[in-house]
Amino acid sequence: MKLKQKARIMNKAAVQRTITRIAHEILEKNKNTKDLCIIGIRKGGAVIARRLAGRMEEISRKPIPLGILDITLYRDDLTAIAEQPIVHKTEINFDITAKTVILVDDVLFTGRTIRCALDELIDFGRPSSIQLAILIDRGHRELPIRADYVGKNVPTAGSETIEVRLEESEGIDEVLVMEQEK
Amino acid sequence: MVKWNRKDLLGLEGLSPAEIKLVLDTAESFKEISTRQIKKVPALRGRTIATLFFEPSTRTRASFELAAKRLSADTVSISSSTSSVVKGETLKDTARNIEAMKIDIIIIRHKCAGAAEMLARAVSSGVINAGDGSHEHPTQGLLDLFTIREKKKKIKGLKVAIIGDILHSRVARSNIWGLKKLGAEIVICGPATLMPPEIEKMGVRVVYDLRKAVKQADVINVLRIQKERQDAGFFPSLREYSREFGINKEVLKDAGKDLLIMHPGPINRGVEISPDVADGQYSVILDQVTNGLAVRMAVLYLLLGETKVKL
Repeated sequence: MKLKQKARIMNKAAVQRTITRIAHEILEKNKNTKDLCIIGIRKGGAVIARRLAGRMEEISRKPIPLGILDITLYRDDLTAIAEQPIVHKTEINFDITAKTVILVDDVLFTGRTIRCALDELIDFGRPSSIQLAILIDRGHRELPIRADYVGKNVPTAGSETIEVRLEESEGIDEVLVMEQEK
Repeated sequence: MVKWNRKDLLGLEGLSPAEIKLVLDTAESFKEISTRQIKKVPALRGRTIATLFFEPSTRTRASFELAAKRLSADTVSISSSTSSVVKGETLKDTARNIEAMKIDIIIIRHKCAGAAEMLARAVSSGVINAGDGSHEHPTQGLLDLFTIREKKKKIKGLKVAIIGDILHSRVARSNIWGLKKLGAEIVICGPATLMPPEIEKMGVRVVYDLRKAVKQADVINVLRIQKERQDAGFFPSLREYSREFGINKEVLKDAGKDLLIMHPGPINRGVEISPDVADGQYSVILDQVTNGLAVRMAVLYLLLGETKVKL
């Protein structure tokens, strides 16, 4: 399936602004940073989580523990996909028990990735609460999951996809709506 | 990125360097799981794995069973002494019956070289060779490669000495295939009576003087003297073997501080390796056991993770 660009909905400045806004929202809602930690879902979510943690540290002047979650082994569609995905490491070097975990991903779509991430997080410990921060919410949920912090709501058609490109991996910060080439 | 398209893992001889690297890279990620509080992930939930061991084993069998359980697969273990093999059932029939119970992977250890391959042809389940006679022991080879890569950060260009009973050792063969494919230089050393004919054709250098063999080695892989196979009298006595080919402090007096001493276990302490070396600063023997679990998890995941379910 070949995709072509339909629209560019965020540029570098917009991505930065959005992450800063989410950082403020998280700090405002949680007040105390002592029990906060940020965990990004590999791979887009991990990059955003790193930036978010950095921004929150700048604002609050307090260190915020950062972890990376790889959900490959928790996927419920492992047997239905054409090739098995490459497994990467989960890197959570702190105890999440009794912490407020800010789970971060780039795009919220069906909600299945978040479900897997929740399963995995619970295996690591018992957080006091888990909040979800998302750069783009594109709708089409298949599970009852919603984000606590949303960068941008982008209603999409089923045939469209969202591509989040980030400087750390793609060399550019932008969010694109892609559609199938006719 | 290379894809894993194999139903079975029968040996390292048939694997490409890229496939070997894929297993090692995947194992690196699996190692982290064993450090978690809950050492279990749901990746292979609903899959069933049978271990079919016709030879004694502690490490390999426990390691495979634990690997399967940590991936949430169900396991069933069958040993020759308690199975219908004692009633005269053939290997093929045993396997077909296991398969009829809808088992996804059969892990087999057998005294005959080629048993795993024969089984792989007979059944549609995946087959993993956990040691077939003196032929191959691929997961041991992979875990040795993993341990070397983990400690030395590379394999290419390393000098690896494999010492002992090369003739009967499936570990030696898997190690030689794997190490050669990843670019290591291999020296093998042992009594002439335990040296397979034309072994040089595998691309190794044969040395009969232990001190020459271990000189400048980055890794020494000490093989177990297989007492159960020594009835034919390949060497005069264990004492003499130990004097000529045993790895002890004296042999290692010029060793660099980065030397690795490996042993696939079980160890005959004081025969092929002295206790102070087995427990000493160079030894990574227990790291090998830890890494074995990660490597076997990776192998099971690669063999089963792909869409092979018939829905």
